[in-house]
Amino acid sequence: MAVDFERIKRDFPILNVKSHGKPLVYLDSAATSQKPRQVIDAVSDFYSNYNANINRGVYEISEKATEAYSNSKNKVSSFINAGGMEEIIYVRNATEAINLVAMSWGDQNIKKGDRILISEMEHHSNIVPWQLLAKKKGAALEYIKLTEDNTRLDMEDLKAKVESGPKLLSITHVSNVLGTINDVKRITEMAHKNGAAVLIDGAQSAPHMAVDVKDIGCDFFAFSGHKMLAPTGIGVLYGKSEVLESMPPFLGGGDMIKTVEKQSATWNDLPWKFEAGTSNIEGGIGLGVAVDYLNSIGMDNITAHESELTEYALSRLDGMSGVSVFGPGQKDLDIKTGVIAFAIKGVHPHDVASIFDNEGVAIRAGHHCAMPLVVGLAPEKAVARMSFYIYNRKEDIDRALKAIETIKRIFKIN
Amino acid sequence: MDSDMYADELIEQYEHPHNKGAIENPDGEMHEHNPLCGDDITIYFILQGDAIKDVKFSGTGCVISMSTASKLTDFVKGKTMGEIGGMGAKNVIDLIGIDPGPARLKCATLSLRALKEAIFLHEHKAVDAETKKL
Repeated sequence: MAVDFERIKRDFPILNVKSHGKPLVYLDSAATSQKPRQVIDAVSDFYSNYNANINRGVYEISEKATEAYSNSKNKVSSFINAGGMEEIIYVRNATEAINLVAMSWGDQNIKKGDRILISEMEHHSNIVPWQLLAKKKGAALEYIKLTEDNTRLDMEDLKAKVESGPKLLSITHVSNVLGTINDVKRITEMAHKNGAAVLIDGAQSAPHMAVDVKDIGCDFFAFSGHKMLAPTGIGVLYGKSEVLESMPPFLGGGDMIKTVEKQSATWNDLPWKFEAGTSNIEGGIGLGVAVDYLNSIGMDNITAHESELTEYALSRLDGMSGVSVFGPGQKDLDIKTGVIAFAIKGVHPHDVASIFDNEGVAIRAGHHCAMPLVVGLAPEKAVARMSFYIYNRKEDIDRALKAIETIKRIFKIN
Repeated sequence: MDSDMYADELIEQYEHPHNKGAIENPDGEMHEHNPLCGDDITIYFILQGDAIKDVKFSGTGCVISMSTASKLTDFVKGKTMGEIGGMGAKNVIDLIGIDPGPARLKCATLSLRALKEAIFLHEHKAVDAETKKL
């Protein structure tokens, strides 16, 4: 069934906004996605009609809020094919999910001399928590190299480092700079065969493709709601229930306990053991509605739509003088999402983004929270990035290309 | 974006900056970096008495950061360290003739911040709160 993406675009009120007098073109969804009115309305409906704390009230609106929040977890569990809501822990974002694993699982399992393996294409959120843990424990933090053209993981290097027996492999599913899709199923198999636990950072994959955590086989999978149409401040840590059961709590407080005595406490069942204090209820409810919305389009349709936009953009950027594009190219669309990092010769990426802004086109410039990768890509130690989502159309890319022409005119690039 | 942000004069300063380069054995030197966008600057100076005799900068960055560094280094030659100590964001905006707006102000003030920090370091003083805010 063909999906009407023009109709989908109309669900996003912000796309009616004018920026510098021109209709806003939003090409920064890898940073955060826009929200459809269905999600905005769901949050408003919660506060207008049944705002109450969850898991404790015996009155009607509290029961309704509890049910909506729990339903959201069930929806998220199905969305990534987890084993049920006990495997779905709500946190603030993917960053907090990874920190939770580092502070709970890591504190329990990483010892002096152990090795933690990540890659050179990680976001800071999948670097710094492991640096902190490694320093605290006297463990080593090692990086899987990228191929010489900086487009993908060097599988030879990965194999050698995985076979040398790290305790944990924590790796991104999709690079937020290159758009590279890593073969996380194969990588997880290799890591498990060598005795390592596996965390997959799904912040850039879950919004854009069908994810099946059982098929991948990973122990943990982390992602953010705000990048997949949900409000900010809600994110997800999936963990295998037997792994989560074995881990100590992350934060202490209300909701995460069964009983509290003066000197001790017993822990609540999963997933509540990891959710101390009043939850982000509006965020959880919003995330459930966002998942419904994505499912109504179909994740495979979303992937196909973004791939079409990426191919269109790459085909035009590739021939442009003075423009370099990073990450897998047109021939490798099967391992690339709708994230295109680029540079214009002699123009700092910050100027690129400013001139785009003046044309009403929102893109990101800088190191994209991936400094170890980005400082090696371009002499400016920064790149510009456009990223696509369900509400983008080919006309948006044409506006971006027009902005590039303006830049070339200002900087007299032929 | 201020429509003048990419006026020909600033582009000219960006493409042909004044005082670009390093100074061997300077009296003062400071590296500054804008982690948001990657602007990166090192500023060097030589003193004659209390005044700046020569000043240069090296690094990479956007039009605003580089053209400001070019104009600032021209402006401070012959000025005393005390005079430079009294400079703030407004002086930089006056120098380049445009207000880059809140998102880009740090690009404009990066070179002044580096220069003032270099002076504090030279005088063995702690960097003041005004400079840290630049």
